[in-house]
Amino acid sequence: MIFKNKSQIRERLMEGVFLVAALASVAAVFLICIFLFANGIPGMAKIGFGNFIFGRIWAPTDVPPSYGIFPMILGSLYVTAGAVLVGVSVGLFTAVFLARFCPAKLHKVLKPAVDVLAGVPSVVYGFFGLVVMVPFVRENFGGSGTSILTASLLLGIMILPTIIGVAESAIRAVPETYYEGALALGATPERSVFSVVLPAATSGVMAGVILGIGRAVGETMAVILVAGNQARMPNGILGGVRTLTANIVLEMGYAADLHREALIATGVVLFTFILIINLCFSILKRRRIG
Amino acid sequence: MIIDKVKKLCAYYRRHPMSLALRALTVLATALTMLTMVFLITYVLVKGVPYLKPELFALHYTSENVSMLPSIANTLILVAGALLLAVPLGIFSAIYLVEYASRGNRLVGIVRITAETLSGIPSIVFGLFGMLCFVTFFHFGYSLLAGIFTVTLMILPLIMRTTEEALKAVPDMYREGSFGLGAGKLRTVFRIVLPSAVPGILAGIILAIGRVVGETAALVYTAGTVAEFPRSILSSGRTLSVHMFELSHEGLHTDQAYATAVVLLVVVLIINALSAKLASKIVKM
Repeated sequence: MIFKNKSQIRERLMEGVFLVAALASVAAVFLICIFLFANGIPGMAKIGFGNFIFGRIWAPTDVPPSYGIFPMILGSLYVTAGAVLVGVSVGLFTAVFLARFCPAKLHKVLKPAVDVLAGVPSVVYGFFGLVVMVPFVRENFGGSGTSILTASLLLGIMILPTIIGVAESAIRAVPETYYEGALALGATPERSVFSVVLPAATSGVMAGVILGIGRAVGETMAVILVAGNQARMPNGILGGVRTLTANIVLEMGYAADLHREALIATGVVLFTFILIINLCFSILKRRRIG
Repeated sequence: MIIDKVKKLCAYYRRHPMSLALRALTVLATALTMLTMVFLITYVLVKGVPYLKPELFALHYTSENVSMLPSIANTLILVAGALLLAVPLGIFSAIYLVEYASRGNRLVGIVRITAETLSGIPSIVFGLFGMLCFVTFFHFGYSLLAGIFTVTLMILPLIMRTTEEALKAVPDMYREGSFGLGAGKLRTVFRIVLPSAVPGILAGIILAIGRVVGETAALVYTAGTVAEFPRSILSSGRTLSVHMFELSHEGLHTDQAYATAVVLLVVVLIINALSAKLASKIVKM
């Protein structure tokens, strides 16, 4: 191709630079997949896929060692389920209040307050959980205080702003005519909101819930401080539990050889969960637009 | 007048007890959310502020004074390094997506999906990747540089998305006007479009700073946990968040941990408020 002058060359050059920059995030995701899978899969294969995923005993320092992460998978599952229970029930009602019942003046105060909750670093949440919630659970419910219950409550609080934010905008996006139609049919304002507007916002609200689930599954530092981290099958909501994320951080510092590979493989399992959750999220988001 | 209104409301809700219950639940949930927020912030502030003593900011960290000054320095270096990489990369890719890519370009879809994926990956996975790639594969060791590369990937999608939105908010009139005056595409982008999008872009950058300052899980196994001033960019150093985590995990210096939490909390909240203020400016425009 022949360029007319210098400026045209510059235009083309910079377009190329922009294109390369745009490809950086594609390359990043690609690299993350490659590095994680290449380092994690061989370890998984050595341990045996079934033994690794469904093994009930994690004892990497025993002779012979056993590397079963089923307790941690259950741990992540239970803690996340608890967090969703707490976060969705409180978050959804808060979102309804903010979107429909809240006077505009009050909204100007409450919305930034929710943003504050979103901005608190996770390690500060963890510290708060450690010094306030752990003793609270210990004194009121028994046990050592570091438990599934404590972790669920703390994570529930942490995912609140995510759920509130997404659900509120989903509820606001429902056309006002739905609400007015329900009122005209004689429904009370509350009934109109809960049986007409909210169902119409379902896919948006679900997107918020899934985003919250993703955050809860991936949360690490806060969970380590309040969950107890015992690597055994969970027993009861007042018992301690170790999540997949905690397993990686707690042992990576001193792990070597197959133990290290098993930890990376734990990351691969976590990553796969997250990819599935992300997929659900983007499907729901597409559907809302369409 | 007001009594009449209350009476009417009472009569109305007596006829619709379910509606009253639902309304009460929404108020209750909101109150609970707000109380949690207020309690968390005030608790940390009340417990921590009295322990903000000068020895917490001593020049050298010892296990006695658990000074946070080296950690603050490390945090600043990490933030600066990550911004240096992520800001141009993020802005350039947003420029490509908004200004150059034609409508329906398949590449745009792929970039969007990967950016979305990237922003959904939990920080511990970034940490694991950073350890495998930068620390081990590229032989950086536990170092600030490895930490910088890792958090760059984390904040890249954030800067991309906010810049994209800011660029889209610039009216097409500006571009047409610039083309009409004979400016080329590049000149239009850099002289007309980017300057008008500055508040939005800045809001994204500041939000990214908040993310980096509050980050812990991605840094423990990349930047490491050494609590000293770094000798070079290749030496290990803990950031303030990592310092905070170590303090609470050890459980030996609870009072100092409160004080560190105060500093961390206040810094991050100020950063976020600043970003929100800037973001509200574009809406007005």
